[in-house]
Amino acid sequence: MSTTPLAPAASPAPEASHAPGASPRPVAHPSYLGVDTTLRSWLLTTDHKRIGVLYLVTLLATMALGGFFALALRIEHLTPNATIVSAMTYNRMFTLHGVIMVWLFLIPSIPSSFGNFVLPMMVGAKDVAFPRLNLLSYWIFVAGSILVLLSTGIGGIDTGWTFYPPYSSISATAVPLALLGVFIIGFSTILTGLNFIVTTHTMRAKGVGWMRLPLFVWSIYATSIIQVLATPVLGMVLLFVVVDNGLGWGLFDPARGGDPVLYQHLFWFYSHPAVYIMVLPGMGVVSEVVASYARKNPFSYKAIAYSSLGIAFVGFLTWGHHMFVAGMSKFDAGAFGVLSMLVAVFSAIKVFNWTWTLKRGAVALKTPLLYIFAFLFLFVFGGMTGVATASMSLDVHWHDTYFIVAHFHFIMVGGTLTAFLAGLHYWFPKMCGRMYPERLGMLSAALVFAGFFVTFFPQFLLGNAGMPRRYFNYPPQFQVLHIVSTVGSWVLAAGLILTAFYFLWSLRWGAPAGPNPWGSRSFEWRTASPPPKHNFRREPPFEIDPYDYTQPLPDEVYQ
Amino acid sequence: MSSSIPIRPAEHFENLERQAHAARLGMWVFLATEVLLFGAAFALFATYQVQFPHAFKLGVEHNTKVLGSLNTGVLLLSSTLVATGVHALRAGHRKVASWLVTATIGLGLVFLVIKGIEYGKHFDEGIYPGGAGHWFAEHHDRGLAEFWTLYFGMTALHAIHVTIGACVLGALLSSILRGRLGQENAHRLEVGAIYWHLVDVIWIFLWPLFYLA
Repeated sequence: MSTTPLAPAASPAPEASHAPGASPRPVAHPSYLGVDTTLRSWLLTTDHKRIGVLYLVTLLATMALGGFFALALRIEHLTPNATIVSAMTYNRMFTLHGVIMVWLFLIPSIPSSFGNFVLPMMVGAKDVAFPRLNLLSYWIFVAGSILVLLSTGIGGIDTGWTFYPPYSSISATAVPLALLGVFIIGFSTILTGLNFIVTTHTMRAKGVGWMRLPLFVWSIYATSIIQVLATPVLGMVLLFVVVDNGLGWGLFDPARGGDPVLYQHLFWFYSHPAVYIMVLPGMGVVSEVVASYARKNPFSYKAIAYSSLGIAFVGFLTWGHHMFVAGMSKFDAGAFGVLSMLVAVFSAIKVFNWTWTLKRGAVALKTPLLYIFAFLFLFVFGGMTGVATASMSLDVHWHDTYFIVAHFHFIMVGGTLTAFLAGLHYWFPKMCGRMYPERLGMLSAALVFAGFFVTFFPQFLLGNAGMPRRYFNYPPQFQVLHIVSTVGSWVLAAGLILTAFYFLWSLRWGAPAGPNPWGSRSFEWRTASPPPKHNFRREPPFEIDPYDYTQPLPDEVYQ
Repeated sequence: MSSSIPIRPAEHFENLERQAHAARLGMWVFLATEVLLFGAAFALFATYQVQFPHAFKLGVEHNTKVLGSLNTGVLLLSSTLVATGVHALRAGHRKVASWLVTATIGLGLVFLVIKGIEYGKHFDEGIYPGGAGHWFAEHHDRGLAEFWTLYFGMTALHAIHVTIGACVLGALLSSILRGRLGQENAHRLEVGAIYWHLVDVIWIFLWPLFYLA
């Protein structure tokens, strides 16, 4: 792979002329940030870009909270017995860590923030199809999150993020409140997905056909289908657990003929596809970032686009692999195993496409691309261990151990979070009109990668040696690996805190970005940074493909 | 009937036609969500019915066929009226449309009243969700508790949908009366009516499960 940056293309120089001098305001036309600056105008905005920013700020806060619980959990495991908290507090903390990270951060992470911000621009629209519904979706999300956080205040929940009955039906902790919170957040997920599906179908500008859509749109579209079709199933079973616990309805109570395993089936019918709600948008970010910095069209546009739909489809048929030890016929186990492995085929199609694009491209190494390298390595690692756990014979050994914990963190954090951070660096100039410091960005990317790997690789070894997940105590022979994992979590935290600091700094003191600092051909870069309220003041002709690097960059900025 | 206010598309749409297309598609996608929501409940019902065929038969026989079937008729009639209302509005007959929508909402309320009478009957007999109540002291079949839990859960959720549907139609009715909804943007009433039809269709499935099977 060539790592020589194409100097003129990779530097902001060609576009710098659009930002005269060092003026903090790149254009005379007011940007979406400058149109109206009252608090009310932000909280009641229907501008998709502002809603994206609102989501982004909220999600960064929830991520910090989930991360705080994660650090506390790791510190607790520095010693084999009680270190800083009681066993009951430990149960509540790992539950809240899971609930917050899954529903308050990862599910909405990329679609609701970057999806909202760039998707309408990528299809050449002025806004999403239903802007008021979009705002409603944000406030529903906030309301649901508040309920979940309130449940923390009145005793937390101790069921684990999967809320398995019969325990969740009888747990004396704040189960009904937290589950209602998750149920309400589900509405927000559904409405956002619905909005994106309709926007992609009906709001595409003239010239933006399906095969000219930036690949990020394809991945968000596939994600939205899962959001719309899987979330209501979770909503239904959560409601029944709420009334089981709160009113004693006992639908999953074995004493009354209820079947707790049935809950698991329906829970995973949502929660396995939910993994693809989390990772597919990340794959969309990878496609954008790889093409922009490789300065080359993707090796196969169609393969990447259709494999997103393939993952969304097959994802609905794999839920049984979470239940290999819950009682399942050999035939079912075999079928679910093979179907689960199909996901790896679609994922591999993407990974080979990205790596080949990079190999053939002229790579400009910037922070977002560094995160993509981390993504590729960690995602392949997590994906291959996923294929291994999809076979029943191996899963019986690893089930409910740290091996599983390590596996899904490689996908959730190693995949989605690194892609989220890549997207944050990649689109930050578009959102704020300013650059982040490149060297610090690379340093923190290295810290995040190293910290992540040191945290979670030892957990594969722990799990394989038999360390069960969610246990408060552990045998002393596991202590060394636990300590390594905890130290890794500090490095990861250091990388993220550094990132937070330089982004805050860049908001005010970052160098002005210009409309297109990366020299990308994708549509969101053809307007000013930050963009005006209606994205493009004049509609661009969209004659050039979003990945066409064979022609010189069109000079015109449709601000 | 007040005179019509000129109707324009929202500022982010090129024209009303595209806006109507988006609204229709949005509702159909939302219906897909609703189908999956009730689909999960139907899956629960199917599984328990296979496990406890006898208890589920007892439960169905205990329900009042007449009231359940009457409610089916009420909802089918209401769906017909609202569909006719959409046609009337498209043809420009606002007044007719507004009467038809009013009748639809009225029938929705009739449905809820009948459903409430049924619930009252169950409570009088000592049948509550989760196998609570004195009825279960005399009826011991395993699975009866789950039958009634599912009955109350699914019909209550459906009743909530009827209520939401009636509110949506009420808002649209007010738009017609204020002259904001007419021939040009009749798609808005159409979208509301599609939702009402879904509520109807779900009942068409609940009816045999809880009253006829």
